Amino acid sequence: MTDIGLGHYLTLGAVIFSIGVIGIFLNRKNIIVILMSIELILLAVNINLVSFSIYLGDLTGQVFTLFILTVAAAEAAIGLAIIVVYYRNAGTIRVEEIDKLKG
Amino acid sequence: MVAHAIFFYVFSIIAVISAIMVTVSKNTVHSVFFLILDFISISCLFIMIGAEFLGMIMLIVYVGAVAVLFLFVVMMLNVAQQKNQWFNSETTTSSHIPVGLIISTIIFFELIIVVGGWKYKPELSNPNTNQIFNEISNTHSLGQVLYTDYIHIFQISGMILLIAMIGAIVLTFRQREGVKTQSYLKQISRERSEGIEVLEVPSNKGVKIDD
Repeated sequence: MTDIGLGHYLTLGAVIFSIGVIGIFLNRKNIIVILMSIELILLAVNINLVSFSIYLGDLTGQVFTLFILTVAAAEAAIGLAIIVVYYRNAGTIRVEEIDKLKG
Repeated sequence: MVAHAIFFYVFSIIAVISAIMVTVSKNTVHSVFFLILDFISISCLFIMIGAEFLGMIMLIVYVGAVAVLFLFVVMMLNVAQQKNQWFNSETTTSSHIPVGLIISTIIFFELIIVVGGWKYKPELSNPNTNQIFNEISNTHSLGQVLYTDYIHIFQISGMILLIAMIGAIVLTFRQREGVKTQSYLKQISRERSEGIEVLEVPSNKGVKIDD
């Protein structure tokens, strides 16, 4: 219990990843919360990479966490820009009412 | 070791609870604040297990930039008070909820199985990879590999950021009608011949300058 190993960190990553997936599926009202759930999923991936990197003594995981961070920031900026443009054109960002593609 | 365990459990419980609150919070602004709390606690965990540089960068990038961007958009779009009543039978989308729960439960148990069955085989490790040495700091060793072995990926990530910036500007740029702005080109390219006019004023008559 008091000996924290790699498994604890991987379990934390798994829990946060699952919460992110649940957030994407269950949130049907607001598309910004879906973007935040995607950020949670990327955070869980970062936890896994960093904990493997520390416990295996290999620096590559931390380098790739840095790149994932970069891509996540770019993705958040582009996604929020798309949301702003859509709100300007359609007047709503409720997930149920975004059905122009008939999906 | 006990201190490590205590700090791990405190920060991870805060992280999990705030991750749950991100998804179930009715107010979107509260969701953004819980996202900030989540990132702060995870970066505390990173600093605690020895990845100090990544923890600090997570604080700067997520708490300083991405979360503020989210807050800005939420407040600009006026959706902060939008209620999300899921688990509510009046909406027609309740068929998504069991599917989402099943899929995320399956993913969670798959990941847990991976955790339980994972064994590290020392003979499989490549001795030529980037080993972590304890005599130099984390930032120093990251810098040593980031600007040498991973320089191309580093530059590609810079290009990704540039493209993201250009894309966000192009997406949200619009030209409004009826807004008076300065035109520097017009101002600079004025000539003396079109700016002023020299008139001969006849005596006792004057000149009309208004037409």
